[in-house]
Amino acid sequence: MGRSIKKGPFVDPKLAKKVAAMGAGRSPIKTWARRSTIPPDFIGHTFMVHNGKQHIKVNVTEDMVGHKLGEFSATRTFRGHTNKKEGQKKGR
Amino acid sequence: MPRVIGVDIPNNKRLEISLTYIFGVGKTTSLKVCKALNLDPGMKAQDLTEEEITSLASHIQKTYPVEGQLRRTIAGNIGRLRDIGCYRGMRHRRGLPVRGQRTRTNARTRKGPKKTVAGKKSVKGMK
Repeated sequence: MGRSIKKGPFVDPKLAKKVAAMGAGRSPIKTWARRSTIPPDFIGHTFMVHNGKQHIKVNVTEDMVGHKLGEFSATRTFRGHTNKKEGQKKGR
Repeated sequence: MPRVIGVDIPNNKRLEISLTYIFGVGKTTSLKVCKALNLDPGMKAQDLTEEEITSLASHIQKTYPVEGQLRRTIAGNIGRLRDIGCYRGMRHRRGLPVRGQRTRTNARTRKGPKKTVAGKKSVKGMK
């Protein structure tokens, strides 16, 4: 189910303000706003998106517009099942 | 057998069904096409005249994305998701269900045939 068009996309207001204030600045913005949609004016900025534990670096490109920030910061780590023969986690 | 759009050769079924053999045309689209061209959806595909076939082909190709073009669009969309490194792209890359379905059991369409792991408890055993 998509969001009602009437409301428009949800962009975290605080984050949007920060981006606007920065202009074309380069330093990454630390954020917890995973639920924020990526509007076109985020393009070129770098975000550190929290995944519950750390902040994952996300470079926003043109293709990412319309997605949410959280989609680019995985919250789960799964590196495959243990190998019976070796009996230890496969590294990545 | 008549050929509509490249390699598609609908057989001697009802026209509405025959058209669904084209990738990108289902029953709804098929009926819409019949209506637009004033063709009886119940007629056999083999009874189509040359003209009708040409008009069908041109109408369908003009109005709907179909066959190779549609396939390319779909592959492109998935490719985009893969490239931007988002969650959905990850799932496509890993061959797991993309829309949040469970993977503890089922999900066989995406995961392929079962790979039995020795010593793994059955779902019933886990409850």
